[in-house]
Amino acid sequence: MSGADTRHPGLNLGQTDAGGHDAAEEVVFGFWVFLMSDMVLFAILFATYATMSTHGQAGGPAPLDLVDLGSALAETLLLLGSSFTFGMASLALKYREGRTRLVAWLALTFVLGAVFVGWEVHDVHVWITQDDAPPQRSGFLSAHYLLTATHGLHVAAGLLWMAVIAVQIGWFGLIREVKLRLMRLALFWHMLDIVWIGIFTFVFLYGAVR
Amino acid sequence: MLGALDWQAIVFVRAWRDPSASELIGAAAGGLAVTGALAAVVLLSVFRLWRPLWSGWLTSLDHKKIGIMYIVLSLVMLLRAVIEAALMRLHQLVAVGQGGPLSPEHFAQLFSTHGTIMIFFMAMPLLTGIINYVMPLQIGARDVSFPLLNAISLALTAAGAALVMVSLVIGRFSTGGWSGYATYTELAYSMGEGVDYWIWAVTLSSLGSTLSGLNFAVTIYKKRCPGMTLFRMPLFCWTTLCTSILMIFAMAPLTAATVMLALDRYAGFHFFTNDAGGNMMNYANLFWLFGHPEVYILILPAFGVYSEVFATFSGKTLYGYRALVFATMCIAVLSFTVWLHHFFTMGQSANINAVFGIATMTIGIPTGVKVYEWLMTMVRGRIRLTTPMLFAVTFLVTFVLGGLTGILLANPTIDFSVHNSLFLVAHFHNMLIPGLLFGMIAAVQVWFPKAFGFRLHEGWGVAGFVCWVAGFYLAFMPLYALGLMGAMRRTSQWARPEYGPWLAVALLGAVLVLGGVFCLAMQLFVSIRRRKELAVPVGDPWDGRTLEWACPAPPPEWNFTVIPKVASGDAFTVMKREGRAYEMPDDIEDIEMPANSAVAPVICVASVATGFAVTWHIWWLAVLGLAAGWGAVIARSFVLDTKRRIPAATLRASHAAWLDRLRRTVPVSRAGETDPRNDGLAEHGA
Repeated sequence: MSGADTRHPGLNLGQTDAGGHDAAEEVVFGFWVFLMSDMVLFAILFATYATMSTHGQAGGPAPLDLVDLGSALAETLLLLGSSFTFGMASLALKYREGRTRLVAWLALTFVLGAVFVGWEVHDVHVWITQDDAPPQRSGFLSAHYLLTATHGLHVAAGLLWMAVIAVQIGWFGLIREVKLRLMRLALFWHMLDIVWIGIFTFVFLYGAVR
Repeated sequence: MLGALDWQAIVFVRAWRDPSASELIGAAAGGLAVTGALAAVVLLSVFRLWRPLWSGWLTSLDHKKIGIMYIVLSLVMLLRAVIEAALMRLHQLVAVGQGGPLSPEHFAQLFSTHGTIMIFFMAMPLLTGIINYVMPLQIGARDVSFPLLNAISLALTAAGAALVMVSLVIGRFSTGGWSGYATYTELAYSMGEGVDYWIWAVTLSSLGSTLSGLNFAVTIYKKRCPGMTLFRMPLFCWTTLCTSILMIFAMAPLTAATVMLALDRYAGFHFFTNDAGGNMMNYANLFWLFGHPEVYILILPAFGVYSEVFATFSGKTLYGYRALVFATMCIAVLSFTVWLHHFFTMGQSANINAVFGIATMTIGIPTGVKVYEWLMTMVRGRIRLTTPMLFAVTFLVTFVLGGLTGILLANPTIDFSVHNSLFLVAHFHNMLIPGLLFGMIAAVQVWFPKAFGFRLHEGWGVAGFVCWVAGFYLAFMPLYALGLMGAMRRTSQWARPEYGPWLAVALLGAVLVLGGVFCLAMQLFVSIRRRKELAVPVGDPWDGRTLEWACPAPPPEWNFTVIPKVASGDAFTVMKREGRAYEMPDDIEDIEMPANSAVAPVICVASVATGFAVTWHIWWLAVLGLAAGWGAVIARSFVLDTKRRIPAATLRASHAAWLDRLRRTVPVSRAGETDPRNDGLAEHGA
């Protein structure tokens, strides 16, 4: 089980860094398992949202009242865009396109992610001040905020992680440890996209249709 | 500055102002906890053990030491929870027809801490500790996949346990039972710090368990030695794998439930409140979505231990290995399909109840398969009825009995009459005591000599066995009767005098169980004093069949001089049969082992501080604790030199010394297994 024979789900360093490829096997697999557990957490939050959004409105705002499809679309584009730029960063890592290009893609990812989080905070501000829909108002709103905020917190944590890795790229250069961390952060970042697609669909699109 | 904390919160002050029996008992318990902690500090200082404790244990990333620390933690918590159980039984007996010594609120704290501790801080650390010690050795690995994460899991679990202990002295614990059902645990009905202690203790423990499960599963998938295919693994590794998978999937619902409850209590959300669209049914579903798989997280490792015990102490290969593996997997999968049987009475339709009732009964099938296979393993074996085997045989009988009452409870129509009664309490103790505790005590008996290099004293082991088993039957069989007579669980006093005799017998049982804990302590004490005559330095006192017996006792930090290669199950038995068990390997190389790290202790302290701070609303400390914990993680990521190199010469010298000791050792037959002649070299085939 060495060199390019093994293939991991996710980015494979393969031929360009055989040693790193081998070292990735255990840590990247471990991270997949962690993501699985994290996905269970989100599944629970989605299930809670599903019950609370129908049975827990308590005469307060309904899902439709919170939907601003334009805003949700902008957030979606920001986050999916950041996934694309992270993908470019991963390719820069794999094909050794140099530190500058890698860091540039990462910086772009960071900016898109940060704008996304800012946009979400703005959404929350609008919901609370204009729609009179704070989480304390009803069970539905509690579930709504917990689901979106858990995702938002994950993105924010990803941003912190990205910043730390950026410092490490400057500090250590592209050593194996840093590479492996970037690969795991990439998985984390893409998973958050998948979760967001769930939120976009069930919270916003479905909310608008209902 | 100190949030909601004031002098009144300290148990001694409360007892001073209101010297009632209930408060005095609370103060005595708090005093015991403080005295125990002070005694530990004094002893460590007098014997100058702080430095060895720090560098040899607390910062160690060795899976064996982490495992032992888990077990020590769980035994301390076991002592507290058993004392609480005996106290509750005493109170209930005295309280028949009159007021007992404890206030109802104090009684409620006792059953809440008893349950919380027994599940999260006794059972979980005990099985995690045994897995930590044994599993990497059994698969021929030098450590788990993520040694630092392993230490962090322990740190989080220990921090949760520390919060429960702190609640003995400062403030009160939850009165909502181990399951913390909303809406009772909502702010409207449970003001104060009690439920918050419970929330954060349980949350820390569930995070630790998630990470442990992840670590064990990855270790089993990625670190097996060459030739160790999945179907050549010892059965204990299989049950570990299933338990780990359950931990990965089942802890998240608990974390979600406690976080939602916390949001309700701290920020006025409405997940489980009675008003504003909250729905406590969601809590019941989430909690048992965790809670039922948890039962199998607890029981499967013991099934693994019993499988090893039956095979080893019958001198036979395990009967029906593959079927046992499939049965274990079946149980793991089915465990996610039955959670609703914990609340048959909560108003869902009869058809839903029927589905979950049938699913529940289905679990009896793979479990039955296992029982027969353990029986068949003993058939025509050369059985040695030493302590672990005594526990294993008793388990078979007792567990089947508990399983039968479980089949009764699985029927919704019967469940409606006995739901929440002592019949249920008797049932789950009847499952978990043989299905977890006896298994883990047997595991300690079996693997203690491997971990410390000397056997445990057999006489005290048997005495403990008698206490445990007699204590169990006396303590819990009366509860079946009481439950059928109408006694509900978590009740602090009854007016019906006919309960008296049953409660008296149950109290006697509880005292005997306490005697069992005493015997365990005495066994440890006596064995340490006689460690010379009980020594088994060669490392194979029981004629073991699996790889953990193929190294000295205690094993070196690196476990194996060279990573073993295997070609079949029962790897060590085959090596012994073919005369390859004790050779000098010719391909010894330098190896790297994880260097010590202070990250885990920092996280432990930070977690206790954070948990305590949010319980008492001391926000600056909460922020500080979180920053310290995450800061330690980030700082650690800048450390690249995390390995320590061990030269081949050291390994060779250590191995040579072991072989030298082995050559001077007389092999001992199975008949002499428990007498001083057993130096850990089993006479093959005898």
